[in-house]
Amino acid sequence: MNWLTWLSDFFSDPEQHSGPNSIAHRVWEHLLFSGEALLYATVLAVPLGLLIGYTGRGVTAVTAFAGAARALPTLGLVTLTVLLAGVNDTAALVPLVALAAPPLLVAAVEGVRGTDPDVRDAARGVGLTHPQVLWQVCLPSAAPTLLAGFRTATVQVIATATVAAYVGLGGLGRYVIDGLATRRYAVTAGGALLVVLLAVGAQLLFSLLSRYALPPGARPGRRGR
Amino acid sequence: MDDEPIVRWYWIGDHLGYLGHLLADHALLALPPVLIGLLIALPLGLACSRFPRLYQPLSAVLNVVYAVPSLAVFVVLIPYTGLATEASVMVPLTFYALAVLLPTTVDGLRAVPEAVRQAATAMGYGPWRRLAAVELPAAVPYLVAGLRVAAVASISLASVGALIGRGGLGYLFIDGFQRTFPTPIVAGIVLIAALALVVDLVLVGARRLLAPWAVREKGAGS
Repeated sequence: MNWLTWLSDFFSDPEQHSGPNSIAHRVWEHLLFSGEALLYATVLAVPLGLLIGYTGRGVTAVTAFAGAARALPTLGLVTLTVLLAGVNDTAALVPLVALAAPPLLVAAVEGVRGTDPDVRDAARGVGLTHPQVLWQVCLPSAAPTLLAGFRTATVQVIATATVAAYVGLGGLGRYVIDGLATRRYAVTAGGALLVVLLAVGAQLLFSLLSRYALPPGARPGRRGR
Repeated sequence: MDDEPIVRWYWIGDHLGYLGHLLADHALLALPPVLIGLLIALPLGLACSRFPRLYQPLSAVLNVVYAVPSLAVFVVLIPYTGLATEASVMVPLTFYALAVLLPTTVDGLRAVPEAVRQAATAMGYGPWRRLAAVELPAAVPYLVAGLRVAAVASISLASVGALIGRGGLGYLFIDGFQRTFPTPIVAGIVLIAALALVVDLVLVGARRLLAPWAVREKGAGS
């Protein structure tokens, strides 16, 4: 089988075992990069989303903006930012942040807005201030939605960081792009498999988180119908 | 990249026909997979709502499929579909569309309140008529919401196909990058966003026609 020989070639090739092109190093680069993009996107999008969701102002604008942002092709953003700013890590981070921010923003807005209005009123009624209601009532109840948003954002960033290798960035995309360019499809296939594994691993991590890390009232399966 | 402006308008003027050709190619590459995805998602969603045990494993598989980077899938399929063919781009796009559409279909079919379903049965509706007259119309807002996400994603993802030689407007990104000439890249981004916007508007219009009540209950999804 084509595929299996490709993969065994890739993983047995000593070239992938040490140095800057080693699998461990590329995986690390990929994770570091994705993590950085997610961090910036979170700092930008989540507080804004919480605020918009709580006040209810600008929700339509957010939805429209997030929809428009989804239509932006990452390959175009990556090539454009690199042409304008040169090949450096910041330039390649911009499109990834732009990709991760909209789902986080929408998740924060929707999560806060999904809070039971009666509960919010009750919280106000027992004397909580607005920041307290947002922090102690809306945030926990938004947690599942937020986590789902993080999952989407993470998976997309991990997947798209591959494309960023086209403009000369490190990470697992190097294998995919270099393999394509030099017609060494074994390398491409190996890189593709590793990205898939990372993305699926991230999915698993998030489904575990949604089971065990959420506030008890917000865990799936325990919600009343 | 010193004195090059972001957009050289004359290039766009000189290449209108070419851009139009790429736009049409892009639409033909990105949109049929969404329709095929819908055609698969409907019966599959029905099966899942009838046999809920099917849904868990299926949605787990599709979740994994959705997590797979498009570039990786394009590459993976090359031995079967060949480099730079439509199929090598359209097959993965179909799976992405399916991954988005199946959960929305199932959610839509489940959104019919049990009382309404029983009322339809009590009025003498058989299972097929109930499906056509009650359950599918109730699912329309969910389906359209799913289609909007799937279509926009498909349009923007299709451009990645340019890396394996078949990506419609995505070719402009490769072209512009290799010549350090930003104009085609900007044109490509704008055209892709415009295509996505038009398709989105068409879908919203379709929802107004097919499910006029849904406009009033926005945010009905749990």
